[in-house]
Amino acid sequence: MQRLFGAAVPLLAALVAFACGAIMLVAVGADPVEGLRALVDQAVGSGPRIATTLVRATPLLLVGAGITIAFRASVVNIGGEGQIVAGALLSTIVAIQLPNLPGILLVPLVLIAGALGGAVWGAIPGALKAYASVNEILSTIMLNLVAVQFMNFLLRGWLIDPLEVERGTRIPQTARLSENATLPALIPGSRLHLGVLVAVLAAIGAYVLLWRTPLGFRLRAVGHSPEAAKAAGIPVKKSIVTALALSGSLSGLAGAILVFGSESVRMVTDGSAAGFTGSAGFNGIVAALFGGLHPLWTIPSSFLFGGLLTGATGLQRALQVPAALAVALNGIVVIFVVSSAKVRTRLDQLANARSEMKEVLKDA
Amino acid sequence: MSKTRTPKLWRLLAAIFALALVAAACGGTDDDPATDTTEAMEDDAETTEAMEDDDAETTEAMEDDDGEAMAGGTISMAIVAPSAKDDLAFTQSMVDSIAALDGDIDLQITDGTFVVEEAAAAIRGYAEAGVEVIVAHGTQYGGSLAEIAPDFPETTFVWGTASDTQGLDNIFAYYPAADEGGYVLGTIAAAISESGNIGIVGPVEAGDAVAYIDGFANGAKDNGATDVSIVYTGSFGDVALAAETAQAHITNGADVLSGSAQMVVGAVGVAAQNGVPWFGTQANQASLAPDLVVASQVYHWEGVLQQVLDARAAGTLGGEVFEINLGNGGLVIEFNDGYPLDPAVKTAAEATIAAVADGSQSTGV
Amino acid sequence: MLEYLEAIFSVAVLASGIRLATPYLLAGLGETVGQRSGVLNLGVDGVMQLSAFFAYWTVLVHENLWLGIGVSVLVGLVMGIIYAIVTVFFEAQQGISGIGIFLFGLGFSDLMFQKNVGTPRFVKSLPDVRIPVLSDLPVLGEALFSHSVVIYGAFLLVPAVAWLLRKTTFGMNVRAVGENPQAADSLGVSAQRTRFIAILIGNVLAGLAGGALVLQLGVFQPNLTQGLGFIAVALVYFGAWRPSGVMVGALLYGLVAASVLQLKALQLIPRSYSDIAAMAPAVLTIAALVILAGRVKAPAALTRPFARH
Repeated sequence: MQRLFGAAVPLLAALVAFACGAIMLVAVGADPVEGLRALVDQAVGSGPRIATTLVRATPLLLVGAGITIAFRASVVNIGGEGQIVAGALLSTIVAIQLPNLPGILLVPLVLIAGALGGAVWGAIPGALKAYASVNEILSTIMLNLVAVQFMNFLLRGWLIDPLEVERGTRIPQTARLSENATLPALIPGSRLHLGVLVAVLAAIGAYVLLWRTPLGFRLRAVGHSPEAAKAAGIPVKKSIVTALALSGSLSGLAGAILVFGSESVRMVTDGSAAGFTGSAGFNGIVAALFGGLHPLWTIPSSFLFGGLLTGATGLQRALQVPAALAVALNGIVVIFVVSSAKVRTRLDQLANARSEMKEVLKDA
Repeated sequence: MSKTRTPKLWRLLAAIFALALVAAACGGTDDDPATDTTEAMEDDAETTEAMEDDDAETTEAMEDDDGEAMAGGTISMAIVAPSAKDDLAFTQSMVDSIAALDGDIDLQITDGTFVVEEAAAAIRGYAEAGVEVIVAHGTQYGGSLAEIAPDFPETTFVWGTASDTQGLDNIFAYYPAADEGGYVLGTIAAAISESGNIGIVGPVEAGDAVAYIDGFANGAKDNGATDVSIVYTGSFGDVALAAETAQAHITNGADVLSGSAQMVVGAVGVAAQNGVPWFGTQANQASLAPDLVVASQVYHWEGVLQQVLDARAAGTLGGEVFEINLGNGGLVIEFNDGYPLDPAVKTAAEATIAAVADGSQSTGV
Repeated sequence: MLEYLEAIFSVAVLASGIRLATPYLLAGLGETVGQRSGVLNLGVDGVMQLSAFFAYWTVLVHENLWLGIGVSVLVGLVMGIIYAIVTVFFEAQQGISGIGIFLFGLGFSDLMFQKNVGTPRFVKSLPDVRIPVLSDLPVLGEALFSHSVVIYGAFLLVPAVAWLLRKTTFGMNVRAVGENPQAADSLGVSAQRTRFIAILIGNVLAGLAGGALVLQLGVFQPNLTQGLGFIAVALVYFGAWRPSGVMVGALLYGLVAASVLQLKALQLIPRSYSDIAAMAPAVLTIAALVILAGRVKAPAALTRPFARH
């Protein structure tokens, strides 16, 4: 019974967090019931809306699954934003270079390019950590900044749509990318595209990798205790690079999917990372965390946050509440859920103590 | 020992935690500061009310008519825009323009959606709700529009800044010839500059910021400025960097400043502290520094929007590209009365406006 | 080449670099105290945004700069209490709860700004105070001794924090807890209380950093910090957990940014490479970390929650 309650603690924490969201709604003068209704309606109110939610959740899921891999190896990856950008850039370059390749080849190729771009951008902090003892939290943060400027540089220069130069409008965007690279729809006529499936498969893949392969075992061993892993003959440094590269590759894949899936036919920047990623690099961390840092649980968790993000636009439309509220709410959810882990252990301990006590009493 | 203490401690902490969060969450409704901002709050409340009414009305209207609304009744419009509706820049220019239109318009706004996916959801949402004219006020929304517009053939989508309609006949596109106003402001800047040294603060070198800045620099040089320094900080949002850029310009001898994008408020602040005149663009920035903003190039989309509404009334839902410029009244140089501009300079500027408008003066961009 | 050096080594660049460095320095000093006790706080940026907004709003309404500074400290304190409860008593994963604080601060400050202010309006900014005699020194006087009070305060805090960490009992407790909380706890130093206070100090300084930033500019915008708080955290590693090191890091970051701006203003950097130049502070920081890393050791218990058994 208590154990069941223990399992429900994170959900309770989320409920409390949403109660805070309701308080915020009241604070900005909106009706919380109406707000919740608008939020749910926008997120899952119709087929196309559910599709939007799933599409919105896709980058979160990929980043989140990557976070779980890094976390299991005891590496913190805050570089999701930069890795998404790196993956998007490389996949865009591939699509520009090979526009006439048939879709059956080009689609996998741009996805691989995305993963590769992200992997490289992840491997850099991995190598810096493994071989130069540079803390990965810092290097990933710094590399996010570098990636953004690099994106602006390329989209203003080498990759800019020639038409934009010709017209003098100079909007920092690529030309329309080859339609052959567009991710096919899963259900014809809907927005639900291949990327959603890829993300789910990637999360399952992350699970299989971590718990069903020797590599996964090594990564987890390093995460558990680097000293013990080293003693057991596991190449710790290489494992750290691998973990961050894998983590980055999933974020990079998200970048490719953002370019070739989500209704965009080109890559465009507003000068910031968030303008392209929608802060998926951070929100993915939230989703992974809410999923207990387990790749499979990250799947429903990402869909939940995808719904929250999509719902927030409905909230804004219905009640004119700024979308910033959803960002703040995300933060509160994180704070409550991380805090609840401890409560849960305490409850478990309490349950154990009680049963022990009962046994002692029985004996007496 | 610790065990007996724990439960109490727990309860206490939980209580503090909850209190602290509630306090943090409610911090904003603090009575004291609220009194001074009630005006703003009331405005917001009004829009909210209006919005609620709108929703009900539009749905009704949609049910019983198809042609009536076009024939001069209430038109429902929506704006989806990347920055805040009162940003004193890009988004505000569109909101103000719609407010300035004649006729009954139900306006709904989703602002601050620089993320394309969010904007796409909002655009689709408005289309589903039966809004007749949807303004997608961001270049980056183009990809989404190409997907959404064909699903709603009865809806008119207005997209900018962009210079093509993506081949769809229910999309209108619009863009500003920002170099024109830039050129005019540049000539004024050169006229009031004593040192001939002018500093410009730009974001990322792209889009209408480049057109404005290049036009401004050419105007200044053509009118005798010896040194026009252009700095792109690399960010649309970094206010501190914009402020330091302005400071660097002033230290290097600039005695007139201008700049484009949201982060320029930082630069305007530095200009104000140093008593250096400022030229604004996109929206009228006079309120930021009432006695130092010389003039602003303001985007007036009313003309374009009126043409869109007229076209729609006549049965054309899209397929045209509009440019706003000095000639068609879409770009307006708004002088700030708070700044004591030499009447001779103003007269010369007005002549330049006319020359640029009729094409006899090139902006060199 | 000479003109590049002349441009960089000028009074204006030095002064500008110091102004840019101050928020990093304040936030970094606070983070140093927290990390020395073994607590990583990635929420600095969020705390700064919140304190910046509330300080701005206070000055907008009450037109009192000191009240604004006070409010920024108060916001830091409240956020510190929250973060301390979450990480010390709920033993939450530090990196991630920090992200939670960051998201909350980013979103809530934006929400409050849109609802209560909307259009940016200027408030009076912190005035420069020229220090008599010193500010008349040739060259350096102008660059170093003609700043706002908050900037002097930030740099005076460097020796103060160093003294706090090195010479006081509290400082010794902080360092002991950061290295081995179990051992410290068994010796009668409450690891929880020590960390709690260290976190409060850290967040108060982060709050002050937000206040300093916004009141230097005199205007607020959503996402005012643009990730400044994250860089401040990085600078703590850069500074090897020493206040003086953090100061060097903050100054390096600020001076590189100021130099790049000056080189651009003098048109010494081609415009088409402006984004590449904008990478300079981040790239140089990574480079410096590569050179420095390995020679210093992080507090052993950093990011490890402490649980008394």
